[in-house]
Amino acid sequence: MDTTQIADAPPPTPPTPTAEQKRAARGATRPGDRIFLGLSRGSGILLLVIMAAIAGFLTYRASLAISKDEGNFLTTFEWNTGVNPPVFGIAVLAYGTIISSIIAMIIAVPIAVAIALFLTHYAPRRLSGPIAYVIDLLAAVPSIVYGLWGALVLVPYMNGLFGWLNDYLGWTGIFSWQNGAPRSMLTVGILLAIMILPIITNVSREVFRQVPQMHEEAALALGATRWEVIRMAVLPFGRSGVISASMLGLGRALGETMAVATVLSPDFLIHTSLLDPGGGTFAQNIASKFSEATEFGRDALIASGLVLFVITLLVNGAARAIIARRKEYSGANA
Amino acid sequence: MSTATTAPKAASTLRGARLPKWAPWAIAAGSVAAGIGISVAAGLHSNIQWALIAAILYILGTYVIAARVENRRQATDRVVTSLVWVAFLLAVVPLASLVWSTVQRGTKVLDVYFLTHSMGVVADSETGGGIYHAILGTLQQVGLATLIAAPVGVLTAIYLVEYGRGNLARAVTFFVDVMTGIPSIVAGLFILSLMLMFDMEPFGFAGSLALAILMMPVVVRSTEEMLKLVPNELREASLALGVPKWRTILKVVLPTSLGGITTGIMLSIARIAGETAPVLLLVFGSKFINANPFEGAQASLPLYIYQQYGSGEVTAYDRAWAASLTLIAFVMILNLVARGIARWKAPKTGR
Repeated sequence: MDTTQIADAPPPTPPTPTAEQKRAARGATRPGDRIFLGLSRGSGILLLVIMAAIAGFLTYRASLAISKDEGNFLTTFEWNTGVNPPVFGIAVLAYGTIISSIIAMIIAVPIAVAIALFLTHYAPRRLSGPIAYVIDLLAAVPSIVYGLWGALVLVPYMNGLFGWLNDYLGWTGIFSWQNGAPRSMLTVGILLAIMILPIITNVSREVFRQVPQMHEEAALALGATRWEVIRMAVLPFGRSGVISASMLGLGRALGETMAVATVLSPDFLIHTSLLDPGGGTFAQNIASKFSEATEFGRDALIASGLVLFVITLLVNGAARAIIARRKEYSGANA
Repeated sequence: MSTATTAPKAASTLRGARLPKWAPWAIAAGSVAAGIGISVAAGLHSNIQWALIAAILYILGTYVIAARVENRRQATDRVVTSLVWVAFLLAVVPLASLVWSTVQRGTKVLDVYFLTHSMGVVADSETGGGIYHAILGTLQQVGLATLIAAPVGVLTAIYLVEYGRGNLARAVTFFVDVMTGIPSIVAGLFILSLMLMFDMEPFGFAGSLALAILMMPVVVRSTEEMLKLVPNELREASLALGVPKWRTILKVVLPTSLGGITTGIMLSIARIAGETAPVLLLVFGSKFINANPFEGAQASLPLYIYQQYGSGEVTAYDRAWAASLTLIAFVMILNLVARGIARWKAPKTGR
């Protein structure tokens, strides 16, 4: 380049992205650049390959098991892989997984949204920073610790609640209780709710924080109360964010293993009462059955894992698709 | 938002009647007293019941009183405010209980002996024994996972931010997002299916591979965020000097965002250190010290907690709590250090 040209050039204006792209394209011809681009693109492709391999291998091993299944894989209420011919099905697991996650969502979402509102709109400013920090830390508590706490602290405490529910709501059938240890779907759902609370709160908080200040001030200037500001300015803006935050939490709840495995006392029946111990979830069943399983039994467990994989894939994909419309808040690092 | 409260007090003629500041507290005290009173009178024993009665009385009382003194809209506002506070307190209780019980029960057997001995010849029902073998296993498995996941994750993020245009980049972004949601047990099953293929016995490195799969997307996302914070002017200045793009990335972009990238990697380490499910499937657990992650079953801290809990002995519960406390301490220290680095090394933007 000629130096006089630079001296005569007009004052620097921000270069357009196309200029940068051109420069990048020219740079890519150098050997160092080609190697570096190859390495980084290779890593990206490796991630895609891993995802494809997960789907491929799980499907292959699952097909080995399902082809020998004497029962119906989707509707059988049994898990006997050790006998010949093997009979197993995921009906109970699917029911338990969905029920426990639904309970968790019903409890966690309103509370998490309320806490997010509390942190952004209600709490004194001096309090909200440290509280948000603590909630961040709680998201990092390992699930096995929640499991241990759930089994040894929460379960004994649930006796009182279960007795109370049975006394007043037992007539519904959903809340009847025959005095088994309270290691049931309701307890699991409550524990899952506690576990997914931090992530839903974190993502919702990020969304509420991004509500344009102007909208809120406009509402206040019209004489709205704080609740009316939230109802008319904050919630409509944050709705898609809250939905995707909830779905991220749902994804966690569906795949949670250890907390369910420690708290639930499993069996292979569908109980209409949420208070009766029993049932199971995909992840819990894999963890509990794994150590005694034969190679064929492991293939059968892989088959149930494949179903879980597909379900979480759909839920997370949907959540991401909603988030993608507003790129700024992604919960991936929450 | 505090804008509403800045109006001067003298202008009260413009505003309707307001409840005094102490009113919510008075209503709260009244309803708690009434709740306890009703419970005692009716002979109800459960703590839930007087709390429920008090909460319902409080919300009704607030609404009725505020609606009479102020107006309906203010009353709704006050009710929602109290509901939000109740939700917050409701969430604090289990979380505080979790921390409290872990610390209280964990300190019972946690000492130097516990940290430096394995479960070698200790039966579950006996006291003594420790978690040295588990700490060793966790450190090795997590360390190997980091060695795999950190370079792949950082390089992928560099591709997405510095090079990524078009369909490939979009696909990688989408699948990284989806990958963050893979249940840990599914990652474990994937490696398990490979091991079944080659007829392998459980060993530590298999667990590392599954942990690496869980770690990669987290590293990618956090590194991506950090690289995006590096001001474009820095890249342009370097490129304008004729520096090749790869050297620009290595010498300008990465050093600028190093603090943030380190933070992201440490947070992801904290996240996988507590993963139990893949370790259960792939590493299997052991009572003995095994310092070789490439051969034979190994122990790991989260798995140790699960197995001690599973044994059902009171002495084992004590060990499980102590191991939980150790694990939480490890994860929290990683978190705090990582956030410290983030604050200290935060890239200066927009200057």
